Amino acid sequence: MRHLKTVTTAAAAVMFASAAYAQDMTIVSWGGAYSASQNNAYHKPYMAANPGVNIINDESSAEAVAKLRAMSEAGNVTWDVVDVVAADAIRLCDEGLALEIDPATQLAPAPDGTSASADFGDLLVSECFIPQIVYSTTFGFRTDVAAWNGKEPTDVCAVFDTATFPGKRSLEKRPINNVEWALLCDGVPADQVYDVLSTPEGVDRALAKLDTIKDDVIWWSAGAETPQRLADGEIVIGSTYNGRLFAVIEEQKQPVKMLWDWQVFDLDGWIIPAGLSPERQQAALDYIYFATDTQRLADQAKYISYGPARASSAPLVGKHASLGIDMAPHMPTDPNNSKNTLLYNYEWWADNRDDLDAKFQAWLAK
Amino acid sequence: MSDVQAQSGQMLAADGTPLKASLARALRRQKLRALMLIAPLLLFVVITFIAPIADMLFRSVENSIVPETLPKTVIALADWSPESGEAPGEEVFAALHADMLVAAAAKVHTKVGQRLNYETPGISSLFRKSGRRVKRMEEGNYKEQFIKIDDGWGELAVWETIQRYSGNYTSGYFLASVDAELGSDGVQMKPEDEQIYLFLLGRTLFLSVVITVSCILLGYPIGFLLANLPLRTSNLLLILVLLPFWTSLLVRTSSWIVLLQQQGVVNDVLVTIGILSDDNRLELMYNQAGTIIAMTHILLPFMILPLYSVMKTIPPSYVRAAKSLGATDWTAFWRVYFPNTIPGIGAGAVLTFILSIGYYITPELVGGTSGIFISNRIAYHISSSLNWGLAAALGVGLLALILVFYWLYDRIVGIDNVKLG
Repeated sequence: MRHLKTVTTAAAAVMFASAAYAQDMTIVSWGGAYSASQNNAYHKPYMAANPGVNIINDESSAEAVAKLRAMSEAGNVTWDVVDVVAADAIRLCDEGLALEIDPATQLAPAPDGTSASADFGDLLVSECFIPQIVYSTTFGFRTDVAAWNGKEPTDVCAVFDTATFPGKRSLEKRPINNVEWALLCDGVPADQVYDVLSTPEGVDRALAKLDTIKDDVIWWSAGAETPQRLADGEIVIGSTYNGRLFAVIEEQKQPVKMLWDWQVFDLDGWIIPAGLSPERQQAALDYIYFATDTQRLADQAKYISYGPARASSAPLVGKHASLGIDMAPHMPTDPNNSKNTLLYNYEWWADNRDDLDAKFQAWLAK
Repeated sequence: MSDVQAQSGQMLAADGTPLKASLARALRRQKLRALMLIAPLLLFVVITFIAPIADMLFRSVENSIVPETLPKTVIALADWSPESGEAPGEEVFAALHADMLVAAAAKVHTKVGQRLNYETPGISSLFRKSGRRVKRMEEGNYKEQFIKIDDGWGELAVWETIQRYSGNYTSGYFLASVDAELGSDGVQMKPEDEQIYLFLLGRTLFLSVVITVSCILLGYPIGFLLANLPLRTSNLLLILVLLPFWTSLLVRTSSWIVLLQQQGVVNDVLVTIGILSDDNRLELMYNQAGTIIAMTHILLPFMILPLYSVMKTIPPSYVRAAKSLGATDWTAFWRVYFPNTIPGIGAGAVLTFILSIGYYITPELVGGTSGIFISNRIAYHISSSLNWGLAAALGVGLLALILVFYWLYDRIVGIDNVKLG
């Protein structure tokens, strides 16, 4: 018995000691080039400044909402910081699965003293969400399509114009963004898109417009599919996240160009799961304070072409870390790229997503 | 001794107890020991397999979130009827105010909103908005104040939804899983442009049958070869069957993409040898053809292995005997050899059919829109829309369907006839 006690005490002591040396922090993100950019811009400098913290990368952001709900129901949340898109952050906040943050006190102010809430501004779309990057869903097209007779698409409606621009297209296998583009190209002014979509006739109208190209579309569900199909020549034009197209064009040097017209802005950022122990929550908050300050957000843009979410970071965006090219012209927020833009309407989609998705999937299946 | 025996007419054991009882006790002890031997496995299966599945399936009828979060509202709303033509009166809104105060403090009001939003779009933001402002409400005149926050509170449809889904249990998810809904006058089908699940279920069954049949057609000759070639050759062949079986599913699916896409290997070869012209390439993927080809390949080992193990046990002398009695090759095969392989075909068919009915990764990647299964929608509701109730209802449907097939199979072929080796 005494032996057993000694062994357990010793084991406990070892565990505490190792906890004191290295505290594990599990950070969940999307994987690939995106996680690599976070690793370079945030994780490495943070671990260098805090030798006691050991960051473990998990690449489960795509299933973050479902997994967090399951963890919370099981009463064992194993994640400390999670990277999610804004729409998911809103849902997690709604479900009580994410911690509410006060940007003014819990996030770093800008170097000139502006509070974080003003620095992030409108991008703070949920009480639980700490914005990190602005990305956009936009189109890339091949520049060597013989059937186009030397013409190049200049606006998003080229996607619906199979006469001038024949060939397969690639669109995401969900209604979001597609129905907006369809209505825009059906002559609906940008500021009325959601009013029109709120009526059953508006939804029918959008689907009818998509119907005109349905036979020419290959639908994607993972962001990597469009770049791959563009590179293979399987499609001639397709939508995906702008950072993926940057990689195809600048890193892999494929004959592909960006079509920024009516790109849809969306946000990606951090949440901290609700229900962490006070120590872990404190550690997570400390990491967030560091990783979302002005310099860190600007640093991330060295590795990937997504715009920093803070206004104060924009002037600090420099050159790509390995390619050495200027990153500013590749940002979705660059004035040349953002002549026509839509901002993802979070509230509207939170209400109508399930309903519209049912209609969209029924339309797809027929 | 013999007296006692004569008196009771019973056999007695050495210790004087009736033999029957002592035998029963020994048997009971034996059974108990056997049970204890399997107890760890039984517990493991119950805890890690049966209980979670039961819990998940229970969600298909569970609806306690509404009565638990809005208890007072639900009671106050009982007297209201949508036929009155207007939103409920002040007392319901007062109850709603009281409920929302508690719910907003516990941050569960948005969960109810999410739940009810599955039934009527727009309720999610109604609850989110109101939860934020309910603390600042003044006393009295709640109806006016709620409607001021959002017109939605004055809409009949919203209150009808709350009333309809105020019970602890709901049939809503099951109805949704067969494209129906609770309307004002009972169960009705959803509008045509939202019907999808029955259609997908039909397609899942159809494609699964096609895949199973192509597995039988392709697997039977291979199983026959494996069973009849000399050992050295058949072992090599067996490795060729097993190697892809051990390869990751994703790798195999991606390889099919490389092969089948329009700029892929198959099309390139056909164009190079002049069978196809360059602008007339075949569409082998992102449709049903893609799903059938890739899944047939992936499930083939599940057909070949049971076939092989059954064919291996059929003595070659049967066919020889048939031939010596004057049967032609075909008659010997069809009347003698084939009936002996039916248990293998049965086992393989049941395996491939059940596996393919639940597949979703391969259809998602190569199936486009016409080649996806109902399991793709289940995955979507589990991981993306978070409508776990509907996912569970769809899952119960699939499970029930498989049990029906199993029962049919038992009736027609007999489950004793299934042999894996």
